[in-house]
Amino acid sequence: MYQKFDVVIVGAGGAGLMAAMQLPNASVAVLSKVYPTRSHTGAAQGGVAAALGNLEEDHWKWHMYDTIKGGDYLVDQPAAEILARDAIDAIYELEHRGLPFNRTPDGRIDQRRFGGHTRNYGEAPVRRSCYAADRTGHMLLQTMYQNAIKNQVRFFNEFLALDLLINEGRACGVVALEIRTGEIHTFHAKAVLFATGGYGRAWRVTSNAFACMGDGMAIAYRRGIPLEDMEMYQFHPTGLYKVGVLLSEGARGEGARLLNGKGEYFMERYMPTLKDLAPRDIVSRCIIKEIKEGRGVNGEDYVYLDLRHLGEKVITEKLPDITEFARNYLGVEPIREPVPIQPTAHYAMGGIPTDNDGRVVIDSRWTPLPGFYAAGEVACVSVHGANRLGTNSLVDLIVFGRRAGKHMAKFITENDHVPLPPHHEDFAREMVDHLLSSKGGESAARIRNELQGEMLENVFVERHEKGLQHAMETIAGLQEAYKKVQLQDKGKTFNTELVEAIELGFLLDCAAATVHGALARKESRGAHYRLDYPERDDVNWLKHTLIYKGDGACDARLDYKDVILIDDPIFKPKERKY
Amino acid sequence: MKVTLRIKRFDPDKDAKPYWAEYTVEASPVDRLLDALNTIKWTIDGTLTFRRSCAHGVCGSDAMRINGRNRLACKVLIRDVGEKVTVEPMLGFPVIKDLVVDMDPFFRKYESIKPYLITYDNEPGTERLQSPEERARYDEGTKCILCGACTGSCPSIWGNPDWVGPAAIVNAHRFIFDSRDQGTAERLAILGQRNGVWRCRTIFNCSDACPRGIPVTDLIEQVKRAIIYGDRNID
Repeated sequence: MYQKFDVVIVGAGGAGLMAAMQLPNASVAVLSKVYPTRSHTGAAQGGVAAALGNLEEDHWKWHMYDTIKGGDYLVDQPAAEILARDAIDAIYELEHRGLPFNRTPDGRIDQRRFGGHTRNYGEAPVRRSCYAADRTGHMLLQTMYQNAIKNQVRFFNEFLALDLLINEGRACGVVALEIRTGEIHTFHAKAVLFATGGYGRAWRVTSNAFACMGDGMAIAYRRGIPLEDMEMYQFHPTGLYKVGVLLSEGARGEGARLLNGKGEYFMERYMPTLKDLAPRDIVSRCIIKEIKEGRGVNGEDYVYLDLRHLGEKVITEKLPDITEFARNYLGVEPIREPVPIQPTAHYAMGGIPTDNDGRVVIDSRWTPLPGFYAAGEVACVSVHGANRLGTNSLVDLIVFGRRAGKHMAKFITENDHVPLPPHHEDFAREMVDHLLSSKGGESAARIRNELQGEMLENVFVERHEKGLQHAMETIAGLQEAYKKVQLQDKGKTFNTELVEAIELGFLLDCAAATVHGALARKESRGAHYRLDYPERDDVNWLKHTLIYKGDGACDARLDYKDVILIDDPIFKPKERKY
Repeated sequence: MKVTLRIKRFDPDKDAKPYWAEYTVEASPVDRLLDALNTIKWTIDGTLTFRRSCAHGVCGSDAMRINGRNRLACKVLIRDVGEKVTVEPMLGFPVIKDLVVDMDPFFRKYESIKPYLITYDNEPGTERLQSPEERARYDEGTKCILCGACTGSCPSIWGNPDWVGPAAIVNAHRFIFDSRDQGTAERLAILGQRNGVWRCRTIFNCSDACPRGIPVTDLIEQVKRAIIYGDRNID
């Protein structure tokens, strides 16, 4: 089926809905492969940062500094300035739209401490995270969806995007699968926004939903658009042991501490100023080090998150959800017992390169692909650099989702539709038909399982040449095997086996790009820690990776792009200490 | 341990009517029921169809009838359901395929109660003020993940699919009792109609089914009282 809109937005999480909000006078279609309220934004817990200064002195410039330093200086600094400045207004906008923030006794938005957020350029933790219990993302997603209903946004629920259409040098539409009927649809548009989220399901231990399969990144990658800084993948320090479910950094913001098997609160040994509230890349590395040196609990590969001293009242009122996760999935009572945790795959700092208005840029000279936009985790602005600070993902969604929406609003008044390319559905139809008719005998589940194990083994917190080479070979083999995937379900109606197989193809591409970037970057920076190159190397590596898909399934071509710095001594790259 | 799942299945492309299928899989007592469903899908029968996403009880995708009660498959552990488990699609919703039901009517009911903040005053330059007590007044309803477990467990819905149902009322409550909201009268008018709150017979299935622990029946009663007294401040 063919339909024509001014704008097509793929993804109905925070970024997609925030962009849709900016287009009240346009015809907009929002495609989502799940019902919008199922989007993974809803799993965010701890908060959303903004220098409101409701409880103590704070300034956007301090937030900007923390973001840049937290990202180990791989952050484009003008983007970080926009993030920190715009966050304040964006929070007020969300409050006006109904988001039920927790409140201070005098009725203002309450704020709590979070990892890497400091006062006066690193002096001490600051209360900057605005929050709604430990379900801030849920509240944000609900609020955005409610406003979308109010604005009568047109949703296409349970539509899986398969292809991005490009013609005459412009993005002009999306081809998607209607999951319920198995029909292929073409959405012809003047502007297309990808807000499809991340690809955390590439790792076996992950905080990410089953839906986080890298759809948008892979679709763009297959159309010749580069992916930026894919080696920069965040492992959150506190996932529930073996399960991977997130225990919010908000817990440490409220005072919870990490405890090793010897009963030591070990973070004070590594980071004397911020201790447990150091940024995530550092805390995850410290946990792995403790485990490697035999100080895991009972010699196992986990440590504890200790909330006991917070008391029942704080735990019940401010951290109810994560307490229930610990009870339900591990049978541990956090009020009385420490909770077993391990680092868990969490967030892609990298993604589709964009400028500060969400416009996708396709080379090292910042050449835009007109009509194509990306926002949220799928995009790389880059505000998170080599390591995102906690709470900055929700800030990213609302600030850059809004900017992308506003830019599209202007773009569609100044531009008309370009015609669709010839045979525009062929690529998507071949993908689906091949999977439905294949008799290769291969199992998608087996491939996915092997990929997730390999990524956890060799593309995790600590990396080295040999392990990454091994991962590259494994993924190349899995890419070959993927061509032979055979389905049992050949039906049209709600074929989730087909959906899972298509998504696996996306995931393999994202994993391959990650390993390409990681192999090439011979230094340690932020979340990318190389045992064989343990130092940061600003002379050679203060630059963004751009990865272009090559001819073979697993081939790639690499290019690099300068990091944009501001001429201000406070933001000059220096050694990162906390 | 070995776990046997008895699953009600239906594919509209192939089946004239639903049938029961049995699968036995290896599972650990601390696995989620969702893990067992995935094991079936990934190793025995790829045609088994169900929704899932976050896998830890916050997205609301995998509500289904498990041993006769509506639960999220990702919150129920094998040790809670035992070696023989019966799994069906939720009642009160049209079935699309296997455990997947049509949620569109459910979301239309949600939309009907105006689930968004309604204000007529000018917005202040910063946040609106709201005391912690005012914020606590509507906290329960904000936990709702729109999974449909309450609505699908309600005998009033089974008898009358046009009824607005508990989930929509919970979300109306969330706004009716929000001190910032100015749309109380509009919402109470909607909920005072034939298919509004009065079809609730206080059966409490909804409260029992809610995976987020929301006291659904209690919130519905509060809305009933607000309609009777025309005032959200009556408790």
